[in-house]
Amino acid sequence: KRVIDYNVKVRVRADGGGVDLSNVKMSMNPFDEIAVEEAIRLKESGVASEVVVVSVGVKQAAETLRTALAMGADRAILVVAADDVHRDIEPLAVAKILAAVAKDEQPGLVIAGKQAIDNDMNATGQMLAALLGWGQATFASEVVVEGGSATVTREVDGGLQTIRVQLPAVITADLRLNEPRYASLPNIMKAKKKPLDEKTAADYGVDVAPRLTVVGTAEPAGRKAGVKVGSVDELIAKLKDEGVI
Amino acid sequence: MAVLLLADASGGHLAADSVSKTLTAVQSLGEVHVLVAGPAAAAAEAAGLSGVAKVLHAEDAHGLAEPVAALVAGLAGGYGHIAAPSTAFAKNVLPRVAALLDVMVIPDVTAVIDAETFERPIYAGNAVQRVRSSDSVKVFTVRTASFPAAGAGGAAEVTPVAAAGDGGLSSWVEDRVAASDRPELTSAKIVVSGGRGLGSQENFALIEALADKLGAAVGASRAAVDSGFAPNDLQVGQTGKVVAPQLYVAVGISGAIQHLAGMKDAKVIVAVNKDEEAPIFQVADYGLVADLFQALPELTGKL
Ligand SMILES: Cc1cc2nc3c(=O)[nH]c(=O)nc-3n(C[C@H](O)[C@H](O)[C@H](O)COP(=O)(O)OP(=O)(O)OC[C@H]3O[C@@H](n4cnc5c(N)ncnc54)[C@H](O)[C@@H]3O)c2cc1C
Ligand SMILES: Nc1ncnc2c1ncn2[C@@H]1O[C@H](COP(=O)(O)O)[C@@H](O)[C@H]1O
Repeated sequence: KRVIDYNVKVRVRADGGGVDLSNVKMSMNPFDEIAVEEAIRLKESGVASEVVVVSVGVKQAAETLRTALAMGADRAILVVAADDVHRDIEPLAVAKILAAVAKDEQPGLVIAGKQAIDNDMNATGQMLAALLGWGQATFASEVVVEGGSATVTREVDGGLQTIRVQLPAVITADLRLNEPRYASLPNIMKAKKKPLDEKTAADYGVDVAPRLTVVGTAEPAGRKAGVKVGSVDELIAKLKDEGVI
Repeated sequence: MAVLLLADASGGHLAADSVSKTLTAVQSLGEVHVLVAGPAAAAAEAAGLSGVAKVLHAEDAHGLAEPVAALVAGLAGGYGHIAAPSTAFAKNVLPRVAALLDVMVIPDVTAVIDAETFERPIYAGNAVQRVRSSDSVKVFTVRTASFPAAGAGGAAEVTPVAAAGDGGLSSWVEDRVAASDRPELTSAKIVVSGGRGLGSQENFALIEALADKLGAAVGASRAAVDSGFAPNDLQVGQTGKVVAPQLYVAVGISGAIQHLAGMKDAKVIVAVNKDEEAPIFQVADYGLVADLFQALPELTGKL
């Protein structure tokens, strides 16, 4: 997914109409870089034969797909579903489109990110698995593909959980799955010639009308910077005054 | 219509604090039925929470997404809302439930405005979105840090329900759960968190020593977890745990927005950092510009 770069300080529009995305740096969702990296490693280790990258959104998502191609993916599918970057496609609609793509492409494995850092949904991979009737292994920090299954270690609340999913399945990548590579300049050049297929949501017969109407977007309650204390003793005194220790 | 609350019993026991806070969040929406997929003891514990009209209990060992989602979707018929605390278990299961029902999921709800309208943070908490759902059933997870816990004192009846058949899509291999005597991170009154500034796993013991002195939970920044100073389940932030304790002490943490997303609702924030320009000081109530290797032992010693 093409999202606002994680280093950009987001600004809520004064009219409450959402977050201002005009003229801000956009990048590949950080979790998706990890997902792409994992797919490429599976190809490099001979487990996967081809890596196809897919993005749903505005036309400019082609740039994001080019980045994935430069990292080492083989080909890309861009599904244009919006003409304004402020129109986010909901996970349910994205999952329906991805399910249709999966029916065409018949992948052995789908890897998504755990969460898009713009809408913070953490939903698309799970929804896709449901629509396809596949198993799911979310929040992955380690993936081992062997024969017809993947053994996946997942980051859960109490620590780590390992499960085995039958393939095909959907895996979602957590932060510690790998460290994504940077694309080298020659690979960026090569990526320009790799195939990028452009489709629309209508090609897959998916209605992308939102189920959730955004009634308003507001700044969160702010926090003011407090005071600097000069010593550990002063800190302890302040915390005692506050009644928190 | 009633509310179906999917309890988290994935750890083999009821995540009572999260369930109880979720109960508070959904109280205005109707009678609450709590579904426990787990051991019978967890169902019995849920029955004792106040505000529970009924407990549905299905035997389940590991909380795998496919059978639990099928179970919930199978029960969905009679409910207007399906809710769960935003734990890793529910974040795994509920979007799958929503897709099976052809509805959207509304993650991390911080306020229930009315039966159709909910607030949730987006962009790492830098904006709060109010959404209205047009779906027939509202499926959502609740950010528990935003709600107080409901009390005990309930005496609901426990009704057994049949677990969904295991379709064999996934199977459990192993849990690696670190046992700890410290309070749980998401419900602790005090949290002491360490960042990259600690420098090593050995030095992270300084954080643990202060936490133990204060009876606090231990947290960490992503950098500290990535560097192996602390285990993954201690990560606080946009993509880790969200906490709202009475006191949050951030040591050797710069204050990236992704970290602030997980702790900026703490009542009192203390920052210890040797860089007076560190962004963490912009949200800290009390900032101590100091070398943590001097300040931490002194603080622990004097408390
Ligand atoms: C997709 C994505 C998701 C993320 N999710 C999270 C998340 O959930 N949680 C999270 O925390 N981060 C998250 N991050 C990472 C985040 O952007 C920061 O990189 C991270 O929070 C930095 O951790 P840190 O503050 O420990 O390290 P640094 O930024 O390196 O800061 C270390 C601090 O320690 C101080 N220091 C060093 N030595 C000493 C000393 N001796 N005494 C006192 N102070 C000292 C330094 O002055 C510095 O301020 C995410 C990033 C991305 C891209
Ligand atoms: N519009 C999209 N295009 C491509 N992938 C997406 C899109 N939306 C979500 N995803 C994938 O699903 C993951 C989770 O997104 P979300 O459910 O929106 O938090 C992302 O990390 C992506 O891998």
